[in-house]
Formats: sequence, C-alpha cells, structure tokens
Amino acid sequence: MFDLERWQEIFETLQKNKLRTFLTGLSVASGIFILVILLGFSKGIENGVKSQFERDATNRVSVWTGVTTKGYKGLNPGRYIQLKNSSFDAVENKYDDYLEYRTKDYAIWGATVSVNNETGNYRVRGTLPDNQFIENADIGFGRFINQSDVDGSKKVAVIGNKIKTDIFKGEDPINQNIQIFGMNFKVVGVFYDPGGDREEGQVYIPVSTAQKVFNAGENIRNMTFTVKMADNFDQAVEQSNAIALGIEQQLKEIHVVAPDDVSAVRVFNTLEEAQKIYSLIAAISGVFWFVGIGTIIAGIVGVGNIMLIIVKERTKEIGIRKALGAMPMSIVGMILQEAVFVTMFSGLFGLILGLGLLELVGPQIESDFIKYPQVDFNIALTTVFLLVFAGALAGFIPAYRAAMIKPIDALRDE
Amino acid sequence: MGSNSLHVLKGINFDVKEGELVSIMGSSGSGKSTLLNILGMLDEADSGEYILDNVPIKNLNEKIAAKYRNEFLGFIFQSFNLINYKSALDNVSMPLYYKGIKRKERTEKAMHYLEKVGLAEWSHHLPSELSGGQKQRVAIARALASDPKVLLADEPTGALDTKTSYEVMELIQGINDDGKTILVVTHEDDIAHMTKRIVNLKDGLIIDDSPVQQVRASVHV
Repeated sequence: MFDLERWQEIFETLQKNKLRTFLTGLSVASGIFILVILLGFSKGIENGVKSQFERDATNRVSVWTGVTTKGYKGLNPGRYIQLKNSSFDAVENKYDDYLEYRTKDYAIWGATVSVNNETGNYRVRGTLPDNQFIENADIGFGRFINQSDVDGSKKVAVIGNKIKTDIFKGEDPINQNIQIFGMNFKVVGVFYDPGGDREEGQVYIPVSTAQKVFNAGENIRNMTFTVKMADNFDQAVEQSNAIALGIEQQLKEIHVVAPDDVSAVRVFNTLEEAQKIYSLIAAISGVFWFVGIGTIIAGIVGVGNIMLIIVKERTKEIGIRKALGAMPMSIVGMILQEAVFVTMFSGLFGLILGLGLLELVGPQIESDFIKYPQVDFNIALTTVFLLVFAGALAGFIPAYRAAMIKPIDALRDE
Repeated sequence: MGSNSLHVLKGINFDVKEGELVSIMGSSGSGKSTLLNILGMLDEADSGEYILDNVPIKNLNEKIAAKYRNEFLGFIFQSFNLINYKSALDNVSMPLYYKGIKRKERTEKAMHYLEKVGLAEWSHHLPSELSGGQKQRVAIARALASDPKVLLADEPTGALDTKTSYEVMELIQGINDDGKTILVVTHEDDIAHMTKRIVNLKDGLIIDDSPVQQVRASVHV
C-alpha cells in the first residue's frame, strides 16, 4: 500500500486517463456533496423549529379561564370564571404525583415600573418559584423568587434583562429598589429567556405579594404545570393529555361550568403540540435521509459501474502486464488502490465542499424555521468510507476475475 | 474459451539450444501458436514436460508463472500489445517495474534498449504516434528489457508490410547474433528462411525439423 513505485504507476495511469478519472470523481463527489447539503438542511429545519418551540418548557399544561357560554345548573351564561388560590390547591393536591413544576400567576399588563427618573411600562407577573423552569428562564445575576418570598409576601422582584438595559442603563440592579406603581420592590435577580425581548421585558414578583398589592385577594389569572415526563415520549403525551383532561373536568366541577363549555375553562397541553412538531421534524429528516441514501446508492452503483467498465476496458492491458510478469494480486491491488484513491479523494472533496457551503451559507439564512444547518461530521465521513468501500468491492470482483483469466485469453480480448 | 476441448498438439519433442534462432512453421490450425503459448507459459500443456534452462516448468500457479515469465521470457506479438496510454519508454520499462527495479535504473535501461532498436528519439511518443514497424521495435525493446533467456515471437511480422518485416527481421537477427535464443512463429516462408532452423508442424505433429542456410535480412533491405 505504501509502495512508492506503485503510487507512481497509479498517478501516471490516472493522469493519462483524465476523463475517466474525472467522471469517477465527479459521481462520487456530487453524491457526497448532495447528501451533506440535504442532511445539513434537514438539521437546519430541525434546529429552527425546535428553537421556535423550546422558548418555554415543552411539557406544559396551562389553564386559562373566560366567560361561560352555556347555562348550567341554573346559572346564567356570560359568567366570568375567576380562578382562586383554592382552585390551584385543589388541582395541585389531586395531581401532585404527576406534576413536575407548578405555578399560579397574577399578572398586570403594562405596569409602570420606574427607577430614579427612568420609567417604562412592563408586564408584572406574580408567580411561584417554579415558574423559572416553566419559562426556561436563566438567572443571569442574583436569584429567582423563592418560597420564603412567597410565604412572606416579600416585596422583591426579578427583572428581565431588557429592563436592566432599558431603565438601569447597564447599572448593577441587584439590591436596588424599583418602583411598581410607586411601590418599592427590591431587585433580587436578573433573568434571561430564550423567548427574547418579549419575555425579557417582564418583572416577576411573588404571587402572594401581587395579590396583596394589586388588591386581588385570592384571585389568580391562570395556572401552569409541567408534567413529569415518562421515558417513552408517546406515553408522556398520553399521560399529559389525561392530566389536562382531568384538570379541565375538575375545574369545571369546582366552578360549576357545563362539561361541554369550551370557552370558560381552557386547558392547553403543549406536549401534544410538541408531538406533532417532532413527528413533522422526524418526517422531514426521514425524507431527507431517504433522498440522501438514494443519492448514495446511485453513487455506489455509478462507481461500481465505472469500475466494471474500467476493468473491462483494461482486460487487454491486464493480459499484457501478466505476460510481462505481473502477479495476479499486484493487478488486483493496482486497480483497487486506484479506485480507492479516486473515490476517497473525490469523496472527501465533496464532503469538504458541502461542509464549506453549509458553513458559508448557513449563517446567511434569515428564516426562523431554518437555523444553523449543520452535518454530523462523523455521519458524513462514514458515508464517504461506505462509498469508498462499495466502490472497492464493486471494483474487486471484476478485477479479481480479470487477474485470474489466462493471459493468453486476456490478450485475445479486443 | 470454448467448452469443447480440442487436441491440438499430439506429440511434440524437440530441443532448442542456447543461441539458436528457430522458426516454427505450419498452416493455420497446425498448433504452432499453441506450442509457443505453452513455451511462453501463457497456456499450459495437459501432459508432457518442459524444461527451460534446466528448470522443469510444471505445477504452474499464476504466481510462479508470472515470476518465470518475467525472468526467463520476452514476448513479441503480432499485434504489438503495447499499452496505449504509456509512452514508448514507459512501455519498455514495464517488465523492469515488475522485476522490482527502481525508477531511475528502469528508465536508464529502457532507454538503452530503445537506442538499440533505433528509437531513442521516439522515447516519449505514445504508441499511437508510431508506425507499425516502430511499434514492433518498441515491443522488441520491451521483450529485451528484462534480459530474458528466450524471446518468443508470435508472427512478429504478421501485421507489417514486406519492407518493414525485413527491417524487423534484421533487428531480430542482430539480437540473435548477440547470443539471444529466439523462437519465431510464422507462416511466411521468406521470414522462416531468415532463421537458422525451421520446425514444420502439421496437425499437431512435427513433420520436419531441419537447419537452413540463413538468409540475412539486410540483403533485402
């Protein structure tokens, strides 16, 4: 394999047969190139859709209420259903074993928030400590709301990064006071959220504090839970559906709502949505793999075909070489080494070209649904070796046969 | 490769001494090419023995046959059998490559033999750029390159016109004069008479084996 003389012989042969070499290389390189691009974009779509989706936890079950549309048990339609702390406690008690995180919210949209002379309108949400995980919020500085804040109805606030930039002008806000409708709150933390500015323009305070300062009594606006994930995704979806349904029935019972009233108590189950998205992603990448593998098979067949033709074309040459004293194995070796060299070289060339294009074009793509198109380098490299191996195998059989026929017959081949 | 077997050679017994120039004659189908192919280890005899330079040639597998061909034999074919994408020089150095000789030495030797056949100036030309006679001379240089014990020529002038044939025969005679043993298969009488001994085959048997008065090809040129 590392015989220099052999390599010289091979390079000479390749050089003298430029068109043949070029065509073999082209079929291999284009196969790999197309595969890399396809896989890259499939991954890009997956990344894009996932990032759209994973701004918040995917296994959420959230409850909102509205106005009843149907009369029930003597009550008139048009009643607003107000969730209470007790509704939340009831649900929490009943499904405690199945829930991972839980929070109840009392939020004010467009609250006036000011520091010194800077003022802005932001959403202020009273919430529980678990909300950090439900929102996928990252604490940049300080801490999130904790249980003792809630128990003591403390006037503490966790602000989004946008607020820090907007009204603190980059000053360290920790342990400083902000005014919400003129009331002092101590900033205990700053959070980042994958949802971006929209989510980072919020202030979190303990829900108990919110209920007090906004005179909400026992009222809450909504509640959100995440369900514990079963190992099996389908099972998890099923469980989450069951829990969502259970919560809906329970709340309708508590608040005396007709079981078929769809607007009074609404329960959203994101996991079911997630399942749809994931199966869509799986379908897309399945299609891309299918096309990619098809391309590779076409490449393999192409390489095999070219090898067959090359060997056929060279039968006489093989006969001559044998008459001059070539060992059969040196002939097989020569043809294989040549095939492996060409396929390997052009395969890697196609790989680098594909990866380079993805690297170059990837960041230019401004679509929410295609992000960071990329290819697992190992997968790409594996396909290159697969192609090389297949090409070698396809070349080996005719080469071996050609090396085994008597030189006299090979010489007779016209 | 027909599946029907055909008894071609039916009892051939002859010796060739070192330095001889022998022609094997016979009409087509007489078995002269088969005999040469057996001598060249390109084909194998079903029975009988073949001793080359005191080495019994038997139980040939491809590996040993390749080694013997490389060491003992040089071939000259009717259709030249040059590798068409290699230059004259590379064609001549091919047997040396299979002998395992390094590139530099190979090129030197090959050049030496090309000079000997008078084609030094054509060393970098492809076979397609050479005339028939030139191609055959390249082939002869190639046969000589590995310094074999025997040269086997199968109708070396079969594809050449008379004048070129005589030029090629002149070259072959010259090589023989230097002491090389050469066997020539031909069906042309004038070519046969340029050798020193004619073996006449008919239907797989030797019907005549006699030395002849050699006609020098240079007389005709």
